[in-house]
Amino acid sequence: MMRRAPRIVTEAMQTYSFSRRAWLLGTAQGAVGVLLAARMGWLAIAQNEKYNLLAESNRVNLTMIPPRRGWIVDRHGAPVANNRTDFRVDIIPDRLEGGDAGRDRVLTLLARLLALPPEEVERIRIDLDHAAGFQPVQVAENISWDRFAAVSLRQPELPGVAPTRGFARAYPAGAAVAHLTGYVGAANAEQFKQTRDPLLVTPGFKLGKDGLEKQLETQLRGTPGAKRVEVTARGKVVAELPTRADVPGKTQRLTIDVGLQEYAARRLGTNSGSAVVIDCRTGETLAMASMPAYDPNSFSDGISHLEWKMLSDDDHVPLMNKVTQGLYPPGSTVKPLAGLALLEAGVPASDHVNCSGVIRIGSGLFHCHKRSGHGPVDLKRAIEQSCDVYFWEMVRRIGYDKVAPIAHVMGLGEKFDLPFSTQRYGTVPDSAWKLRKYKARWTVADSLNAAIGQGYVLANPLQLAVMAARIASGRALLPSLLANRVHLDVPALPVASEHLATVRDAMYGVVNQGGTGGAARLLVPGVAIAGKTGTAQVRRITMAERRSTGVLKNGQLPFKMRDHALFVGFAPADNPRYAIAVVLEHNGHTVRNLDTPMIGRDIMTWLFDRDRAIRSLAEVEPTWGGDIQTRMTAQADAYRAAQSPPPAANATKTDPSVPSDSDAVEAATDLANQTQAALAPAVANGDLAPDDGAPERTAP
Amino acid sequence: MSRTRLVPDPIARLPWRVILLVVAIGAFGQVVLYSAAGGSLQPWALSQGIRFFVLLGAALAISYVPERVWKSSALPAYVVIVIALVLVELVGAVRGGSQRWLDVGIRLQPSEFMKPVIVLACARFYDMLPPGETRRFGAIWPAALLIGIPAALIAKQPDLGTALMVCGGGIIVMFLAGVPMRLFIGGALALSIAAPIAFNYVLHDYQRNRVLIFLDPESDPLGTGYHISQSKIAIGSGGLWGKGFLNGTQSHLDYLPEGHTDFVFATMAEEWGLVGGCLLILAFLLVIRWGVNVGQQATTRFARLTAAGLATTIFFYVAINLSMVMGLAPVVGIPLPLVSFGSSAQMTVLLCLGILMSIDRQNRRAVRW
Repeated sequence: MMRRAPRIVTEAMQTYSFSRRAWLLGTAQGAVGVLLAARMGWLAIAQNEKYNLLAESNRVNLTMIPPRRGWIVDRHGAPVANNRTDFRVDIIPDRLEGGDAGRDRVLTLLARLLALPPEEVERIRIDLDHAAGFQPVQVAENISWDRFAAVSLRQPELPGVAPTRGFARAYPAGAAVAHLTGYVGAANAEQFKQTRDPLLVTPGFKLGKDGLEKQLETQLRGTPGAKRVEVTARGKVVAELPTRADVPGKTQRLTIDVGLQEYAARRLGTNSGSAVVIDCRTGETLAMASMPAYDPNSFSDGISHLEWKMLSDDDHVPLMNKVTQGLYPPGSTVKPLAGLALLEAGVPASDHVNCSGVIRIGSGLFHCHKRSGHGPVDLKRAIEQSCDVYFWEMVRRIGYDKVAPIAHVMGLGEKFDLPFSTQRYGTVPDSAWKLRKYKARWTVADSLNAAIGQGYVLANPLQLAVMAARIASGRALLPSLLANRVHLDVPALPVASEHLATVRDAMYGVVNQGGTGGAARLLVPGVAIAGKTGTAQVRRITMAERRSTGVLKNGQLPFKMRDHALFVGFAPADNPRYAIAVVLEHNGHTVRNLDTPMIGRDIMTWLFDRDRAIRSLAEVEPTWGGDIQTRMTAQADAYRAAQSPPPAANATKTDPSVPSDSDAVEAATDLANQTQAALAPAVANGDLAPDDGAPERTAP
Repeated sequence: MSRTRLVPDPIARLPWRVILLVVAIGAFGQVVLYSAAGGSLQPWALSQGIRFFVLLGAALAISYVPERVWKSSALPAYVVIVIALVLVELVGAVRGGSQRWLDVGIRLQPSEFMKPVIVLACARFYDMLPPGETRRFGAIWPAALLIGIPAALIAKQPDLGTALMVCGGGIIVMFLAGVPMRLFIGGALALSIAAPIAFNYVLHDYQRNRVLIFLDPESDPLGTGYHISQSKIAIGSGGLWGKGFLNGTQSHLDYLPEGHTDFVFATMAEEWGLVGGCLLILAFLLVIRWGVNVGQQATTRFARLTAAGLATTIFFYVAINLSMVMGLAPVVGIPLPLVSFGSSAQMTVLLCLGILMSIDRQNRRAVRW
């Protein structure tokens, strides 16, 4: 470095160097200026649209207005589910301010304004701890206008509190339609994660959780409206902008007659059972009641753990829709069908069997329900008197494989296209089925049991009603529930019409000519009902029991051991218009007013003479503790009193996670249905001697 | 001079073109502040306007101070401010997490004065240096020390933006003084190696955070990145012609933070659009070009270096601030001179302009004589 001669810098050179470098500097500054202008152009012109949108979304705060849910109406337009005005208050956890102290202040003030009991405040506190920040926590709903106004006025001191005036789902018929409509509830976190639809977390928005509400969700939901306000960065509202109105969901019309539905539900009384009414001309379902049930109004608000526990503990399974989910051995109600199969197989109606009260098949003794026997019986008398020996003997001759196809023709074992998430469609057994399922040969005993609707045969109440409607109409009717999905063009049944007439005549005899169903006789002048009673045994009667104490009466047995009681029928007998099925779990024919024939009769009466039916109900209803609401309230009070010590205040309101296809309900349904399956093999050994017929007989 | 007959000579000799430009910028700034306050003279526009014209008057007065006064007071002023910076370090007032202010009756921010004074001090140093020494080591280390001491003190406050501007001002004077080009190229290379190291070991957490968020503002749209995001939204939504005077939503609804101080350009751009922004940039460039030209025409080495250096100081203010509000640079607290509300930058820039006008006056006298 030092060797190199240093450049001699003179003042002139310095000046020259300065002006060159200053020029360079000026140019660089100009270039930076151009760069900045270009950058600004990029932001303001090229990306103007994007930033305009962002500025707009800053400025305008959108609050969704949950759409009014479409109504569900019955065939005459009467509401089954509608909306009522609802004032509600929610807390949005994300918008609370001031940490725990701020939250406590807000809760204290709210508790005072809304007169909340301490356990409610505790419940809200717990819900807030567990809530995802975006999800509104309900403080109170269905509050009075005065309290709503009080909260609204003080909203500036209540950050995070959202008072809203909205609509809540209402079911005027309450528990009577619970299993039909299902219920609604707030969306859960998974549902929100799936769609990211902000509507799902809007306070007051509810979606269908079960039943029709769930199945018809798309049509019922509607389009949300939006309230638009101009807000500052701190969330202060500066101006109200035009509001976009919501578009309510579409009204859905059912084939149900809500009056009949409600009557049927009330008439079932304290039973655990179901009733289905079908129009014999169109297949339209006019009523499908399953009782007991929950109140969908309170379910839609979220229920307490106590309420939930009460419902799940109840041995009458109020959470199960027995119409489509309950499976029962149909018992003697299949005898008309078996008779039809005999006729179709060429057995003359006049052929006699002598009933001595017992029949020996192989090594087993099979007892008729009438110990003394029916004497000589032909087909009509066998159906009228429900003679087991006749059907055993005849089906032994032709084989059950000739009966099973007719059972399918009548709708047993069939699944129908109805808006329910689950349907259990039971079993119509035959030799091929048994070989497939149990790897065992079909025995004569299997035939005998199936012939009287026991053993492997299982059906749900809806199928039994379809069976009655098909016998009555002679057409392959398909049940429908939605008014726009009625199946009108259905073919005639592939059986001879004179055979059907013979069976119908026998069913007329069951009720009106000294048969087992005399109690079902209609009191409406000029209208006769035709029907068939049934009893399905759910326990083994051992030879030991027969010898020592005699067969125990149902009244002596615990609830779960009592027989199921069934009734199918149609009216008017000469020109069928309506078909009905009533199935009562573990009814045991113990109380006359609450037994199937009279319930069937009264429900039928409602269709022909409404006043008479209502009078009849008014007479008997007080004997079992009043109408549905009264009994449910009394039951809840009793249950609460029995819980000692009372559960802690943390009984938080939860979204009832009990759609009919949930695990809990499936399990309960399985439990209720498994008794049947367990019994089936036992019957084959001749241990089980089916009983039949109502003990109470009316004079012919 | 024919004009002397129409107006008195001292007034005619004022550099009217640049004064009008500066007044235009200042007045436009007050219009923007009026809008930023929601269409009100209070609390910003009026006080800013009064201060602006007082300080402009002061600048004009300063322009009568002869060059030799600047020359002789450059180094003493530098020493005084370095002492003040040390005092700040020892007894300064802490505000917003940094220690920048000295309370002596009025609140003083010595680092602000260092921006022009470093230019004067470096110019004075190279003025004293014999021309033959320019390319030797002896031309570099004293200047590096002159720059390094205050820059280190300011960076420690911490106030990275000002420290960088002090460095920038000093280095530009070195560059103009003729220090070999390879030093700057080598320095740039060294910086690009040192920057990642400094990022990891020297910068404070909040500074590091600002750099990270500058690189990806959307990563933290509600935290530190909020400033940049909202500023870009304001500028971007303004479009070509802007939303119109008093119609900005970002500023009026408080989405834009610091809309009257550091981010005043975004407030302006939202309402006046690309057109307003380009005119403002053009006005600043013209003022700066005038300053560099004053340097080109200056007769003494000190005047040349000072004029071009002070013009570049103003340029640094504008360029850093605009890069920041447009998302081209991390958020460093550098205001837009003459427009942003606040006295420090306004005072510094008008002081620079005053010195520039003083040199300009000297130039013209030299031409005439």
